[in-house]
Amino acid sequence: MKTIYKVPSAITSRDTTYCPGCTHGVAHRIVAELLDETGLTKKTVIVWPVGCSVFGYYFIGTDALIAAHGRACAMATGIKRVHPESFVMTYQGDGDLASIGIAETVHAAARGENITTVFINNGNYGMTGGQMSPTTLIGQVTTTSPYGRKPELNGFPLHVPEMLATMDGPAYIARGALDNPQHINQAKKFIQKAFTAQQKRLGYSLVELVSTCPTNWKMTPVESIERVKREVLPIFPLGEFRAVKGVE
Amino acid sequence: MDLKVIVNEERCKSCGLCVNICPKHVLRISDKINSKGYYPVELFDNENCISCGFCYLVCPDMAIAEVKKPEFVK
Ligand SMILES: Cc1ncc(C[n+]2csc(CCOP(=O)(O)OP(=O)(O)O)c2C)c(N)n1
Ligand code: SF4
Ligand code: SF4
Ligand code: SF4
Repeated sequence: MKTIYKVPSAITSRDTTYCPGCTHGVAHRIVAELLDETGLTKKTVIVWPVGCSVFGYYFIGTDALIAAHGRACAMATGIKRVHPESFVMTYQGDGDLASIGIAETVHAAARGENITTVFINNGNYGMTGGQMSPTTLIGQVTTTSPYGRKPELNGFPLHVPEMLATMDGPAYIARGALDNPQHINQAKKFIQKAFTAQQKRLGYSLVELVSTCPTNWKMTPVESIERVKREVLPIFPLGEFRAVKGVE
Repeated sequence: MDLKVIVNEERCKSCGLCVNICPKHVLRISDKINSKGYYPVELFDNENCISCGFCYLVCPDMAIAEVKKPEFVK
């Protein structure tokens, strides 16, 4: 018998604190697989966010820091500039990155900082009980949009990769999803390219991952992945939005 | 034959994503119970498992510890 898949060694033995079926864990695993495959684990610093993944350093075994809410890209900028030999990543939710931390994110991208961001878009503030976030869909019911998100009251969803792709600083920008094996493999490929961008010092890289939050969506894990396909992916299409020469 | 899918029962949270994705319907939620209080998944039909690894890919809890493929000698 030949082993074809095995939990990567960058994953610690500690069980995750995520709800059953939450795709944060899938994102962790593909990042850890890439750390194993590239041999980067020991020289990696991950800046974790405020949100459900605040304890991420328990689950992926690299050096780590937790930034104040939304400030991960600012903190990562400092770390990378002082330790340019380190591989520096941020891991952030949509509340953290696109709401309170949008300024830090946009300016890190504009400056072309040599850091990589993995951006988990689950369409709400998971940790605090499912409030509306910048990526909540029109019509989506959350605790702070009890009648559904209304454009006249709450504005429109923010498409972070499409926005950053218009700038000169980013080297690689993409959106993947974690709802099925094909998309998970594609998402891993996108993150691998983002890693390459940083290793070649080509500039900022970000991969958004369309994710689920079964608990706050008030759905089973299976219903959640079906909702991603049915409702979320038509609004947040998958693909690469920017890739400068040298990223492969 | 050895099992093609190794489940780490203590890590499983019984979410059912692997059961849902398995193209050969050879996984099910067992009636055992782990120390967290979840019913871990089990491979009940090893023979018909095609080692596609879909269960590993979708598992959010690293509970599908390993997927193995038989090697045929010509
Ligand atoms: C300065 C500050 N404001 C607000 C909060 C409360 N808070 C904690 S987590 C969170 C939102 C997290 O949502 P998201 O980034 O989407 O991550 P998820 O939990 O969904 O993975 C908020 C508003 C805080 N901890 N600090
Ligand atoms: S609240 Fe949502 S994002 Fe947070 S762990 Fe639970 S399912 Fe995942
Ligand atoms: S490897 Fe494929 S066929 Fe075998 S249990 Fe997993 S999903 Fe099913
Ligand atoms: S996907 Fe993982 S956690 Fe969910 S039931 Fe299957 S083995 Fe258990």
